[in-house]
Amino acid sequence: MMLVKQAPALLVIIPLLGAFAINIVGWFNKRACHSLAVLAMLGSFVACVITLQQIMGTGTISYRLGGWPPPFGIEYVIDHFNGLVLVTVSFVSLLAAIFAKQSVEQELPHKMVQFYTLFVLLVTGLLGMTVTGDAFNLYVLLEIAALTGYALIALGDNRALVAGFNYVILGTIGASFYLLGVGHLYIMTGSLNMGDLFNILPALYGNVAIFVAFLLILCGVWLKMAFFPLHTWLPNAYTYAPSAAGCLVAPLVTKVSVYIMIRVMLSVFSADYVFNILHLSDAIVWLAVAAILFGSILALAQNDLKKMLTYLIVAEVGYMVGGFWLATANGITGAILHIVNDALMTFCLFVFAGIVVYKTGGHKLSDLQGFYRKMPVTMAAFTVGALSMIGVPPTAGFFSKWYLILGAIDGGSYHYMAALLISSLVNAILFFRVIEIAYFEPRVDHHADHGPDITISEAPFSMLAPLLIVAICLIIIGLYSGTIVTNIIQYSVPPGM
Amino acid sequence: METIISIKPLLAVLVSLVAVIPIVISGKTPNLREAWTFLAGIIKFGLVISMLPHILGGGTIEYSIFEVLPGLAIKLKVDAMGMLFALVSSSLWIATSAYSIGYMRGLSEHSQTRYFAFFAVALSATIGVAFSANLFTMYLFYEMLSLATYPLVTHHQDEEARISGRKYLGFILGTSIGFVLPAMLISYFAAGTLDFGAQGILAGHFSKPALTVLLLMFVFGFAKAGIMPFHAWLPAAMVAPTPVSALLHAVAVVKVGVFSIFRVITGVFGTHLLQSLDLGTMLCYIAAFTILTASLIALSQDGLKRRLAFSTIGQLSYIVLGASLLSPKALTGGMMHIAMHAFGKITLFMCAGAIFVATGKKYISEMVGIGKRMPVTMTAFLIGSLSVIGLPPTGGFISKWFLVLGTLEADQIVMLVVLLGSSLLNAAYFLPVVYRAFFCTPEESMFENKVQEAPIWCVVPLVVTAIGSIGLFFFPQPFFNLASLAVQTIVGG
Repeated sequence: MMLVKQAPALLVIIPLLGAFAINIVGWFNKRACHSLAVLAMLGSFVACVITLQQIMGTGTISYRLGGWPPPFGIEYVIDHFNGLVLVTVSFVSLLAAIFAKQSVEQELPHKMVQFYTLFVLLVTGLLGMTVTGDAFNLYVLLEIAALTGYALIALGDNRALVAGFNYVILGTIGASFYLLGVGHLYIMTGSLNMGDLFNILPALYGNVAIFVAFLLILCGVWLKMAFFPLHTWLPNAYTYAPSAAGCLVAPLVTKVSVYIMIRVMLSVFSADYVFNILHLSDAIVWLAVAAILFGSILALAQNDLKKMLTYLIVAEVGYMVGGFWLATANGITGAILHIVNDALMTFCLFVFAGIVVYKTGGHKLSDLQGFYRKMPVTMAAFTVGALSMIGVPPTAGFFSKWYLILGAIDGGSYHYMAALLISSLVNAILFFRVIEIAYFEPRVDHHADHGPDITISEAPFSMLAPLLIVAICLIIIGLYSGTIVTNIIQYSVPPGM
Repeated sequence: METIISIKPLLAVLVSLVAVIPIVISGKTPNLREAWTFLAGIIKFGLVISMLPHILGGGTIEYSIFEVLPGLAIKLKVDAMGMLFALVSSSLWIATSAYSIGYMRGLSEHSQTRYFAFFAVALSATIGVAFSANLFTMYLFYEMLSLATYPLVTHHQDEEARISGRKYLGFILGTSIGFVLPAMLISYFAAGTLDFGAQGILAGHFSKPALTVLLLMFVFGFAKAGIMPFHAWLPAAMVAPTPVSALLHAVAVVKVGVFSIFRVITGVFGTHLLQSLDLGTMLCYIAAFTILTASLIALSQDGLKRRLAFSTIGQLSYIVLGASLLSPKALTGGMMHIAMHAFGKITLFMCAGAIFVATGKKYISEMVGIGKRMPVTMTAFLIGSLSVIGLPPTGGFISKWFLVLGTLEADQIVMLVVLLGSSLLNAAYFLPVVYRAFFCTPEESMFENKVQEAPIWCVVPLVVTAIGSIGLFFFPQPFFNLASLAVQTIVGG
């Protein structure tokens, strides 16, 4: 029972300690790193599930680190919203850790210890960002996640180094913006606790400094989530990262940043301030429309599978930012639901890309020739992920789109609805182009002068299992969208919308 | 009007989906594999038939599968109209399965396991559309059908199949996502429900211009109905093996399209609403344009399957016209035409396939005198043609009779002229084929020898459906009663 009470802390501490353990054990036995990482992720996942269960039973949990009372000590606040995000993040991390085994052995045989240490630390950062109720503590964890993220990406080939460096610069600017914003808030209020800020700020809503703080924080998280036009670092960084790192970073980092945006907007500022007092919603929805169209169109122009997926992430970020700024209950519900769904969809597709790299050594679309014949099970799972991206029922992607479009109709933002539909159609073209290559073009066996010499057949079990699990989840979560919304998400939508 | 809750409709949908598992497992032993297809087909048909008495008694059968979002459920409901469609497609699946065996083995096609598996999935989706209780469920099965038929259409996996497949999905998926999805969401947002109602759900929620736009989005969005200009996928899809064209592009897929339009007109808008705003006439002209244009194009096609495809496009719009006239007789005629056209057109497609299997000929110009070699097939072709033209003694006459009466009832003389003119065009593009087959001297030496038909598995199904076409002239009662019941609910409710 004691352990259950400590679950909110354990979900961060387990991977943190895991990272140290991996580093130490790795000196003696490189092979043990993977098992340790999976174990740490599993422990963290269990703690997250227990936490969510507690919330659904008793409501919001406030956990005081070291017993210090807020606003002086660091407080973890977990409500339905971040409970849901926690479970999503830890679930995807667990699957990504399982997937990493073969991929890392092939791509990074000499850097296994570093990889798993960074991997687990990154997850620590992400979970910490999600769980914390302290604006400055969030910055610290943001940096932990960011620094490990840079390093993980830079583990890839030479191009990854350049892309990673780009990411370091822009990511650091983003973090600085955020820190600057928090600094403004601290000067004005003397507090860093989110709940405390929420109570103090309304008296200062007319103040320009608060507005500046708001803009700084918003720009900071937008840089972190690669919201158009601040997305330039993302495509190359995620394309050239090692496959196993891509499977963790691509689905989660942008999604957690979206979480942070919504969290800061609703729990530091308030729905009243961001939607009613400031008149930015329309402009931001237009920006989201631009992000969706830009991401979709550039995805069309790619002939590289991973690069195509990265531009789709840019478009999907537009979905979520736009959905939130529709300022309607359905729109916010859709944005939150899409955090979960998009994490799973992106994971599904990046795992598939990882398998392609593992099997063929490349990630061009033309590397997929003959895949349906050679690996039908893998392709079936990929097809489910693709259909979810297009938004075909009953996959999860359909239902978040459902809420987002309803939110658009509700708010009269028909341009946003049109952008979503266009993006769905573009996704249909994109994925059926992939499917065509894999289905129609026979595999030409030009004995590879580069790349691994593995005959193309079904992926190994440790890669296939996460892919199949997430594909099945996409359908199950789709069917249970209503349950998720009524039992969890509706509590996160500000009352009175 | 008694409503009972029963799991039977769900079982009828699922049986072919479940059959995919044994079909795939026994992929190495073709005879066993096809036995599974037949077993599933017969169980499906049996389940549909077992629900028939209750429906004919004026009742309905409902089953809620799952409530996905609050107020948005995957739900099945069997009523007279759905029953009619389910009866047609489940009975013809059995005939087509037999035909598939003859055709696929006769040509030693590759990947037959995949072929039979996806065929079974497609049938599940078709019955799902027939039994949908709300627009959302219908949309779900509609999309499932689009995707499940893609591997069937592109079966040959060559460059031509690839381009056709692109066209197929481009039109069908493009319109359903681009038009139907937003129209469905807007309807849901305004009405708060998507359940088909006897008098629709949209009354009082929209102005006339908004309703007009919505109606057009739905009608063009269900591109499986082949209304111009969203018809081009159907001739392209003729690249598929002929059994696919026969069942899917004469019965299941295209009829799902018109059935969906029928449902939207009657269950979402409601005939009274459309009548009071005079929106039916607009649809009539859209349908009439497609009827005449498609028939004219069909005249000039030399590929037999392409001629049949354009004929189908025209005939589908008969059904849309029946719905758009909004009068009881026209609605009855439109619904019956779903059944009558299905039997006639599937016969014609099977004949085209049988000719291809036996002689390798695809073009009408190469079929001069073929009646000497394949008299049974060509006789069936004649019967199918008569049914599509609408001449007695075939079922097509009955549905056309009601459509013509419907135009008079709705006081749309222009539409009467369109129907009669189109019948002449139908005769003009079908009868020469028959005439040249029987009465001209063969140009090909292979036709002069003795009678040599396609394999027995090919011939028997097309004879059965041809006899069915004639039988429906003398015994149209099952379909007529179902259509009348459905119309009573729509008009009287």
